[in-house]
Amino acid sequence: MASVLAPGQRVRVRPATASRHHRTPAYVQGRPGTIVRHVGRFKDPESLAYGGDGLPERELYQVAFILRELWDAYAGPGPDSVRVNLYEHWLEHA
Amino acid sequence: VSAATRIRAIEALLVERGVLAREDLRFVIDNLTTPKPADGAAVVARAWSDPAFERRLLDDANAAIRELGFGGAIAFTNLFAVQNTERLHHVVVGTLDASGYPRQLLGPPPRWYKSLAYRARAVREPRAVLREFGTELGDEVEVRVLDAVSHDRYLVIPRRPDSSEGLQPSALAALVTRESMVGLEEARPVAA
Repeated sequence: MASVLAPGQRVRVRPATASRHHRTPAYVQGRPGTIVRHVGRFKDPESLAYGGDGLPERELYQVAFILRELWDAYAGPGPDSVRVNLYEHWLEHA
Repeated sequence: VSAATRIRAIEALLVERGVLAREDLRFVIDNLTTPKPADGAAVVARAWSDPAFERRLLDDANAAIRELGFGGAIAFTNLFAVQNTERLHHVVVGTLDASGYPRQLLGPPPRWYKSLAYRARAVREPRAVLREFGTELGDEVEVRVLDAVSHDRYLVIPRRPDSSEGLQPSALAALVTRESMVGLEEARPVAA
């Protein structure tokens, strides 16, 4: 996926592969969200978790998920959301 | 063999083989355990009374709290400050492993923050959780839950209470509760 995603872009969270250190909460896997902002560029936690050097570094994004889209039963106002910081390789274009 | 015994054995080996120095370990443990909610409250009170500091805190919280002598040593976490307003209310949770709590500023998290119930419900029904903490928000207020899953930590700057204009920073800090700095409640009202 392109190295820099723009705010407002729609993305989908990739389902985790069980064998890796994949810090993506289950409730957002496979779900669509919106890029809020680019947080920065950091060493890859999957690589670090297995004793690697963390390279190449990965872009970290804050992604917003609308609670009404996540939970069928959500009764609160439409803008309510949860935001999660996710690395580029855990996201795909929606 | 208990976990504590195993950890002590691993620690002794790391020190013996020169991977870590005993002073490094003490330094890290001190930095995890000595901050207390009053430290965070002092940061919030400063932000309320100094708009330039508040801007720096929102732009780069790690640098801003170091100005006040807090939090400098925990290099592997990244602190972000967020601001609650009349229209926007942030709540912090760590659904994967109870991370997200700004330890470098508040010290170890309370038991409820680590509970499975809180971690499951904060992202599913945040308004119900807020009500249980005594925080009733109208529909005009957007709730924004921050789920910390990596090395991100969040400090919530609660809304400054009404009629607090004349108060000194120390009096302001007394209004800032631990729970208000993770978004579960408002700051205390000013006593009439």
